[in-house]
Amino acid sequence: MANPSAVCNGHLHHHHQKQNNLLKSGICKKNGITKGMKKNGVSNGTLYKKTFIEHFEQAPMYVAVLTFLGFGVGTVFGYLRDFMRAWGLEKRNIATEREEQKDFVPLYQDFENFYTRNLYMRIRDNWNRPICSVPGPQFDLMERVTDDYNWTFRFTGRTIKNVINMGSYNYLGFAETDVNALKTVTIELQKYGTGVCSTRQEMGTLDKHVEIEKLVAKFLGVEDAMVFGMGFATNSMNIPALVGKGCLILSDELNHTSLVLGARLSGATIRIFKHNNMQSLENLLRDAIIYGQPRSHRAWRKIIILVEGIYSMEGSIVRLPEIVSLKKKYKAYLYLDEAHSIGAVGATGRGVVEYFGMSPDDVDVLMGTFTKSFGAAGGYLAGKKELVDFLRTHSHSAVYATSMCPAVAEQIIRAMKCLMGLDGTTQGLQRVRQLGRNTRYFRRRLHEMGFIIYGNDDSPVVPLLLYMPGKIGAFARRMLEKNIGVVVVGFPATPITESRARFCVSAAHTREMLDTVLNALDELGDFLRLKYSRYSKSSHPELYEETSHELED
Amino acid sequence: MAATGMGQQWVLVEMVQAFYEAPAYHLILEGILILWIIRLLFSKTYKLQERSDLTPKEKEELIEEWQPEPLVSPVPKDHPALNYNVVSGPPTHIISVNGKECINFASFNFLGLLDNEKVKSAAQASLKKYGVGTCGPRGFYGTFDVHLELEERLAKFMRTEEAIIYSYGFATIASAIPAYSKRGDIVFVDEAACFAIQKGLQASRSNIKLFKHNDMADLERLLKEQETEDQKNPRKARVTRRFIVVEGLYMNTGDVCPLPELIKLKYKYKVRIFLEESLSFGVLGEHGRGITEHFGINIDDIDLISANMENSLASIGGFCCGRSFIIDHQRLSGQGYCFSASLPPLLAAAAIEALNIMEDNPDIFQTLRAKCERIHKALQGISGLKVVGESFSPALHLQLEKSCGSREDDVKLLRRVVDYCMNSGIALTQACYLEKEEKCLPPPSIRVVITVEQTEQELDKAASLLKEAAQSVLN
Repeated sequence: MANPSAVCNGHLHHHHQKQNNLLKSGICKKNGITKGMKKNGVSNGTLYKKTFIEHFEQAPMYVAVLTFLGFGVGTVFGYLRDFMRAWGLEKRNIATEREEQKDFVPLYQDFENFYTRNLYMRIRDNWNRPICSVPGPQFDLMERVTDDYNWTFRFTGRTIKNVINMGSYNYLGFAETDVNALKTVTIELQKYGTGVCSTRQEMGTLDKHVEIEKLVAKFLGVEDAMVFGMGFATNSMNIPALVGKGCLILSDELNHTSLVLGARLSGATIRIFKHNNMQSLENLLRDAIIYGQPRSHRAWRKIIILVEGIYSMEGSIVRLPEIVSLKKKYKAYLYLDEAHSIGAVGATGRGVVEYFGMSPDDVDVLMGTFTKSFGAAGGYLAGKKELVDFLRTHSHSAVYATSMCPAVAEQIIRAMKCLMGLDGTTQGLQRVRQLGRNTRYFRRRLHEMGFIIYGNDDSPVVPLLLYMPGKIGAFARRMLEKNIGVVVVGFPATPITESRARFCVSAAHTREMLDTVLNALDELGDFLRLKYSRYSKSSHPELYEETSHELED
Repeated sequence: MAATGMGQQWVLVEMVQAFYEAPAYHLILEGILILWIIRLLFSKTYKLQERSDLTPKEKEELIEEWQPEPLVSPVPKDHPALNYNVVSGPPTHIISVNGKECINFASFNFLGLLDNEKVKSAAQASLKKYGVGTCGPRGFYGTFDVHLELEERLAKFMRTEEAIIYSYGFATIASAIPAYSKRGDIVFVDEAACFAIQKGLQASRSNIKLFKHNDMADLERLLKEQETEDQKNPRKARVTRRFIVVEGLYMNTGDVCPLPELIKLKYKYKVRIFLEESLSFGVLGEHGRGITEHFGINIDDIDLISANMENSLASIGGFCCGRSFIIDHQRLSGQGYCFSASLPPLLAAAAIEALNIMEDNPDIFQTLRAKCERIHKALQGISGLKVVGESFSPALHLQLEKSCGSREDDVKLLRRVVDYCMNSGIALTQACYLEKEEKCLPPPSIRVVITVEQTEQELDKAASLLKEAAQSVLN
């Protein structure tokens, strides 16, 4: 099988003999369900400066069968209960149309909400759990109960204190309430108030915005940057300014909704390549240039590749070196969304560009958000001065949307200064390193325990595969009983067979907290039989000793 | 048998004889004809096209040849958007623009809550407790008690069953529309609708029908057309959802929608109404509930109301409110709600406090209205400029009475008026649009924003200054 990363070059040499047997090339995890561990352990002499290891282990066949069976049973009961509701045998809890508008065209088709009504509703208590403290390494949850099987919730007035937070994107621990840390934010909030009441192009460019944009550009090592009030809108309102009709967007199949929406709003043609699959991307690029636009066969005006730094549901890191070499070869442009990776990877937290030891000039449009690592809100676009000048004049956000709250901007400034060491301490660097250590430790232990976890060894986003729909609720509820808050995700956010739990490791997590979580997982993993992996053995023989584990099936 | 045999033989003999007797040229001609027939029989009747597959070499050449356009086209240095105003310090009543102190007639801070001490201290308390960011979307531990409180308060304030908050004003209506209206559905929309609505409609991929601004006859014409269309295909009509999308107070024109007539049309043609109230929320009506209160309309007759919290409430974000049957759907289908980080708690706390102030001081809306009417009157009769918008609109437009031919020149002219005022201590701005992106581009205008903080003297000063500026620039 051809390794996708062999596209631009080179030979693969695997460092560890042992690894070789396990290494199956290919990112595509759809083929060969019975195959065992699948990894891309590519240490590519020319493009990668370090080993790039990602795991996408396939579940055993019986798991897939049971998963479908689970959905099947759920669906059958769903139909049964719909039938009972229709005949008045079961109470209808769902809100209904006003009497006056009963003869209007129904706002929702019955089948559209089947899944929500009959499957999601059963385990709805595991989402939207309200919190009432800072979303730091630990938080307080508001206890809520339901008297009608999740149709409505009632707050008991009690709080569940000090729940370990494995869900928030607080990678560097900047979501904090330390008075000293927030000193400047307090001052700016007092000075500016909360709103801006105008857009960037009218009367909403404050000195604070000028300051933050300069700092962001400096932090990223680019000529200029522009900030926006919402991360989601940074994508959806700026991609249409960059591309339009007659342009081609090549988008990773797992890109975030905001990128997809931005692409759709732009009016450009969109083609999807397989997740992180360079062969698929190159084929699309070649075909696009050779055959031009469909029907008219004119050449494309420009081609832009949309990728993310770290994929939030897979924990995988973009194969940036290969993408950059492809985009150079084919004269395409690259738009890199670093929502989850800025601050979280790279030796000094400069994101995937630094992680791969590349230059920010290699990427045409650097995008990122401040919601995650910086514990604030909003997003940025950065790159060459021409690009940013163009955005200042053409961005939908600059003309029609209220600019960023100055106090929020100050939070970003202080976090960024801390990362850059401009506050005179090495605290920022320590946080980045701590995050790296925590990430590797957490992932390694999970591997050892025999869970199937996805993604790159250096990615702080850690998806743990649950597969079966019944286990989603059971897992999240039992973890909460152990005072651990986790995020669980199922269809439609993931493929139907790949329901998962997702942990976000933070620099603020102490080793004790991680150990508590790991012990709880170990116990629960046995109880719920979640340790599907047949290769619990280490993939890093150099990191810890080899012990023989029983392969589970 | 023998006779026929004889006959055949005879024919053959005769043929051979004829062959000998025929002249040579005849034989040659026939021979050539026969050969020609044979050739026609065996040769292909049509030519196959040359094979179109490109050779690898040709492909490489094509790839080599292709030259894309630059990612962005260069922007001229003197583009107005690059020479934007920089405000030092907070954009409150007195604003420092490019180092010059002015009275603010540009920020949508209608109720003057931007530097309200109560609002600030509520935000400070929240900052102390929650920090700044939420580090997650609503679904994944991004729901804070403050969000729930704000939603409840908004619902109560608007007297609806439920409210839902978004973390960005623009994303509110732009996410709400595609949550309900899908491909194949029909949306009737006023052509003056703001950009956020336009983007929401585009994202919904529905069938969009524009009606003339505030022209109910035109809307009814479209509705009737649709009705006849429906009669042709009743099966399709039964599943085609239809909506009217209008603004309470139009951002682009400063006038109100004729809501009572719209309600009549709604029930007559069974169309749902979505109302964008970013300008009218916290402005119109006795208690600031917006256009429904202004017209005294039962709020349940409107299917969905959306507004941002960035104008009257002087915070960030937006909300939708209405019946639970409608609003709750967005919690799983509103893209800007599900897939975006939630609103920073300090901004939600500020909005709650702003609501408190609005509830405690209902006369604030009367004050605002009186000020709007005062300046609206004072601005009448400026030669060269006409006032566009209702007398009670807190954001009105001054357009050129006579265009000088090109939009670019008009913009430059208005810019000089704005600069003139700015030099004399009144901060104004032109309404900015993306000219190529707007569906129906409004004419260039200066936007005058009225807030409760402006004193009567300041209002009069602004009006007389505008008059002066118009005189010196336009005449």
